[in-house]
Amino acid sequence: MQVLAEMWNGFSIALAPGHLMFAFIGVFVGNAIGVLPGIGPLAAISMLLPVTYGIAPTAALMMLAGLYYGAQYGGAITSILLNVPGVASHAVTCLDGYPLARQGRGGAALFMAMFASFLGASIGILLITLFSPVMVGVALSFGPAEYFAVMVLGLLAASVLARGSPVKGIAMVVLGLCLGVVGSDVNSGIMRFTFGHPELADGLSIVALAMGLFGVADSLRNVNRIGDAALRGGVAARAVRPGREDLRRSWLPMLRGTSVGAFFGALPGTGAAIASFMAYAVEKKLSRTPERFGRGAIEGVAAPEAANNAAAQTAFIPTLTLGIPGDAVMALMLGALMIHGIQPGPLLVAEHPDIFWSLVASFWIGNVMLLVLNIPLIGIWVRLLRVPYRMIYPAVLFFICIGVYSVNNNLFDVGSVLAFGIGGMVLVRLGFEPVPILLGFVLGPLLEEHFRRALLLSRGDLAVFVERPVSAALLAASAALVAGTLAARLRDRRRTAARHRADGG
Amino acid sequence: MDDDPSPRPPSARRDLAAAMLLIALGGAVAWVGAGYRIGTLGRMGPGFFPLALGLILAGLGVVLLVAPSLGEGGEDEPADGAPADPRGWGLVVAGMAAFLLLTRHGGMVPATFALVLLSALGDRRNGLRTAVALALAMTLVGVVLFRFLLGVQMPLFVWGR
Repeated sequence: MQVLAEMWNGFSIALAPGHLMFAFIGVFVGNAIGVLPGIGPLAAISMLLPVTYGIAPTAALMMLAGLYYGAQYGGAITSILLNVPGVASHAVTCLDGYPLARQGRGGAALFMAMFASFLGASIGILLITLFSPVMVGVALSFGPAEYFAVMVLGLLAASVLARGSPVKGIAMVVLGLCLGVVGSDVNSGIMRFTFGHPELADGLSIVALAMGLFGVADSLRNVNRIGDAALRGGVAARAVRPGREDLRRSWLPMLRGTSVGAFFGALPGTGAAIASFMAYAVEKKLSRTPERFGRGAIEGVAAPEAANNAAAQTAFIPTLTLGIPGDAVMALMLGALMIHGIQPGPLLVAEHPDIFWSLVASFWIGNVMLLVLNIPLIGIWVRLLRVPYRMIYPAVLFFICIGVYSVNNNLFDVGSVLAFGIGGMVLVRLGFEPVPILLGFVLGPLLEEHFRRALLLSRGDLAVFVERPVSAALLAASAALVAGTLAARLRDRRRTAARHRADGG
Repeated sequence: MDDDPSPRPPSARRDLAAAMLLIALGGAVAWVGAGYRIGTLGRMGPGFFPLALGLILAGLGVVLLVAPSLGEGGEDEPADGAPADPRGWGLVVAGMAAFLLLTRHGGMVPATFALVLLSALGDRRNGLRTAVALALAMTLVGVVLFRFLLGVQMPLFVWGR
């Protein structure tokens, strides 16, 4: 078949020593940067972009892509060990990964994360190869109403199924949407909510938001609170490998997470972040012991990690084949492509099949490299836990400040980090969960755009969302989800209250 | 997220504060949003979406006000019942603020030093010597890693201004 021949050709190009070297550099630096808190793939790619100007496009792409999915591996490490997600898609990994680390099982969690990541990525790459044409067809049939509906479902699922009150979760998503409004309006060109600050013309910095809400707010919360004793939980060599129980619990979540991730990654407008949220939500809903989630359930690490790595791979599908980026990082990759004179879109695969397929081949090679790299290094990452937190967090704050600064070279972003840190702290003390804010922020502009376009096409008729079957189904699912969760919560509370009364207080 | 030895049960005052915050934020967003052109459903202006969002947010705040039990998370309440720690918070914030100020008026080296020193002092278990050592170490790491290896555009020292 034509595809196989082109894949073979792609592999032979990707395995050329020069290309292998660049892929390795990208993957290694990406992993390291994913581990360093405060610097995510966004900052890394933008920092290294100028370096690639002098390199041939294929090699440059391999390196940048390696940075991206390499950081996905590394980001899991900081999420689990330090509760600081390098990028939005890892916020969910913190929820169970960090408690596992605190319990002394950080090694097991990391292993699971690596396996899950590799599995998710491999299957994602397989899917890219097999289903690119099919997926493009499905995506093309989605109109703005369907995109709007699927985003609403994803956002509601993320907010309602995460920890804490569903109402407060939805409020946080809406807050994130509001934060996404800041900046120049795409349609009218006027500045919204910028209050005279030119730095806000492109909106709030996503890196600043993520770093502030999670990194700084966490430092504020944990200063003086995390004792050294808690971290020392016996990190023996035994604890480094996951037990049979962990594997048994995780393999199905990994597969489920991969499917969720592959699906959401391929849809333009949704990416690794929503994929990992949804995978976590699915696992929690399907689990027979949902209260373990948020306290150290290994499935809570395996599923989202499989999902976000699968999504990271399949996110390339719409970016390369349609020219539509799935999230901020993909948008950056798109920019990198165009700087090198390559116009992504349906013509890319037709006119430059060698570029497309060698890139896909390099994904697989890169993921193998990452798995090989990380297995021996996990012991080193785990040893990081021995360093008392009181010495880690000032360094983390420094990495955050300089990492955020490096994206745009302006101090306004660093100031934003501080503001978001304080805000995040306030929100947590009031009982809100900040994770959905990031999701709302990332999807806000797209959500508005699809909403506006759908109504433009229907000439102001709101019924369009229920008249179109796919959109109606998705919105109905969203409503059912919210209603169902609220009902379940009310029922649980009544049960707990009754039990308390029965126990005499 | 943390194993708290004595989590405080959610207080009515906290629930009220949470609801009021949402109402205030939502109201503010709606207020500013309404200042932009709203347009119609078919031809939405820049103000439409923020106005809608602000109203929804405020509405959720009202829901929390009226039914505060909906604001509780059941078994998975996010841990936050720790006592307030103004000294720790103040020093961390001061450290970051110092970084902001000193980057422009001193350069990366003093900024990094001040950030790490002040924020490290926020933890009562860090003595002055530990904090200074940490600050020196991070300044060195910062200069080597970020300025020279990664090429971040931040002047090491800024005189005058």
